[in-house]
Amino acid sequence: MNTSTTLIYDGSFNGFLTAVFVAFDEKINVADIQKNNESQSGLFSETETVFTHVEKAKRVWNGIRNKSNNAISNVYFAFLSEAEGVEMMLYTYIQKLMRTQNRKYLDYSDSTVLHIAQLAKKVSREKHRMEAFVRFQLTKDDIYFANIEPDFDVLPLISKHFRDRYADQKWLIYDVKRKYGIYYDLEHVEMVSLNLKDIHHNKTMKSNAYNSEEYKYQTLWNDYFKSTNIALRINPKLHTQHVPKRYWKYLSEKKEAV
Amino acid sequence: MNFDRIREKLNILADAAKYDVSCASSGSNRTNQNKGLGNASKMGICHSYTSDGRCVSLLKILLTNHCIFDCAYCVTRKSNDVPRAAFKVQEVVDLTINFYRRNYIEGLFLSSGIFKSPDHTMERLVSVAKKLREEENFNGYIHLKSIPGASDELMYEAGLYADRLSVNIEVPTISGLKLLAPDKKHEDFTKPMEKVKNEIVRYQSERKVIKNIPKYAPAGQSTQIIVGASGESDKDIMYSATYYYKTYNMKRVYYSGYVPVTHDSRLPAIGSQVPMLRENRLYQTDWLLRFYGFSVGEILNNQYPNLDMDVDPKLSWALRNLHHFPVNVNTADKLLLARIPGVGMRSVDKIINARKFRKLNWDHLKKIGVALNRAQYFMVCESRNWERRDLDAEKIKGMILQNSSGKFRNQYSTQLSLFN
Repeated sequence: MNTSTTLIYDGSFNGFLTAVFVAFDEKINVADIQKNNESQSGLFSETETVFTHVEKAKRVWNGIRNKSNNAISNVYFAFLSEAEGVEMMLYTYIQKLMRTQNRKYLDYSDSTVLHIAQLAKKVSREKHRMEAFVRFQLTKDDIYFANIEPDFDVLPLISKHFRDRYADQKWLIYDVKRKYGIYYDLEHVEMVSLNLKDIHHNKTMKSNAYNSEEYKYQTLWNDYFKSTNIALRINPKLHTQHVPKRYWKYLSEKKEAV
Repeated sequence: MNFDRIREKLNILADAAKYDVSCASSGSNRTNQNKGLGNASKMGICHSYTSDGRCVSLLKILLTNHCIFDCAYCVTRKSNDVPRAAFKVQEVVDLTINFYRRNYIEGLFLSSGIFKSPDHTMERLVSVAKKLREEENFNGYIHLKSIPGASDELMYEAGLYADRLSVNIEVPTISGLKLLAPDKKHEDFTKPMEKVKNEIVRYQSERKVIKNIPKYAPAGQSTQIIVGASGESDKDIMYSATYYYKTYNMKRVYYSGYVPVTHDSRLPAIGSQVPMLRENRLYQTDWLLRFYGFSVGEILNNQYPNLDMDVDPKLSWALRNLHHFPVNVNTADKLLLARIPGVGMRSVDKIINARKFRKLNWDHLKKIGVALNRAQYFMVCESRNWERRDLDAEKIKGMILQNSSGKFRNQYSTQLSLFN
């Protein structure tokens, strides 16, 4: 019997794709694919560390994309969900895609395919939410700054949206949970990590990092939010369904509710 | 900028604008140009939701709530004693830009009370949009209200700057209009609609020849009908909605449960309940007509002029037409699948793709997301278990209601509650 191997990769998407490449290339009987900082070796399997290799990753990417654009975006989105065991699930998904000629990614009666599609949907929903719930605050050095804390690692997915939309202003969106951000300097978007002393969510106390007009506009926005509500139609359940409470602390219009 | 004064105006003019339910920001394909500000999102984005659960996508305000008309249902009508205010053009532009830059909104929804004359008002609305587009290089979403009675020239210009234009028909029947809005004529509403529709059609056909002609109202037109103000039936409402969809190529018709704002013997009294359930059923019907291939006569006709309140319109149609069922999910075509209660269009697509690989059973259908509590009585699949009993409509309805819970159930239940 072939012994099974646990592949360890560096946690990046390219790293994962390299691991998939290695597994296919060396015909490894994969027991699991794990991130290097949370790996656990199995009792009956060997471990092998995979070093990220962009060329190899690219071949896997192209291979899946040649099957379908839909499938590659499903793989990328589902990977960003950071769900436990998603790597192995994705590996099975990719195996199934490669094994069949027909449009396997549409086989919603296959539990792996359905699960990956649903996971990708969840991530895309979170992406859409972040496009909506980012609240920029204008700092003294003319940067529109926002903190977020998304359920999934969606920063790479939303960068294009914000770059296209706010092409004439400097902005920075910082993921508090994953401790990195994306910064647009009027030319390019780049990844940054900050040494944030405090997280800028809705405190009633004003921070002096911000432009003097910033809080006035927040007041206007909060007023607008209140006056556009029709009290006779109140529906708190529907409200929290659309704006789940975990996002409230970063939304200036919910300042009073937090 | 005088913030206190702006604040005061914003409170008055946002409050007056809130009864317009449309807040869609979708359907426009405007893109950022020359590194300007804004880029419309085709699917639209709701940036927040009010505590009544409605989406906040646009900065929805009136330019002014001064009005020369006296429509009974309207909060800003001439005879109502409310504080009045008016924005300057530049103030609206500044607010929009600053809200947009902070990612609060998708754009501007500008409406207005009618001061002096319809043309005078429309001209001011257009000048706000023009300023945003030309001076601020703003490419976000702009929704302008077409003022009833505005001239064709102004309507043409409005479409060049706005993404969407709308006139609210408000009262679905002409007799109701006479009663509640005696100053307005039916033609005042339809004339601007007609003009905008013709321009959209013209621009679309010209685009086929010349690629880069300017956009004209890329997100189309919409309108709104008030529900429960003038004693109209669901049939009246849906037939007139269908008329507007067909005649004026409406993108959307909105249904707004009437919120009592004034004392008037012609209207429901202040404090009476907003017909939210009815509104919900009307939207469900609207969706059935637009996406599920139903025609309006199948759902509402002289025999059934009103929608059922206790079950959704598709289920109620199915119960009246049991001879179409059960449907075999593994062989039926798309239109027939869409008619099964509890199966939405997303499930239909999934079913059609999945059944190419294998025959589907209950387990597959459940995982795909079909609402089996309703669907099970109307379909067969790859399983030996299906509903074999010869049940009549009443019986099926009873079993579905018994085995499910609905958010509106307490509103029509005859069961007395034990507590409170």
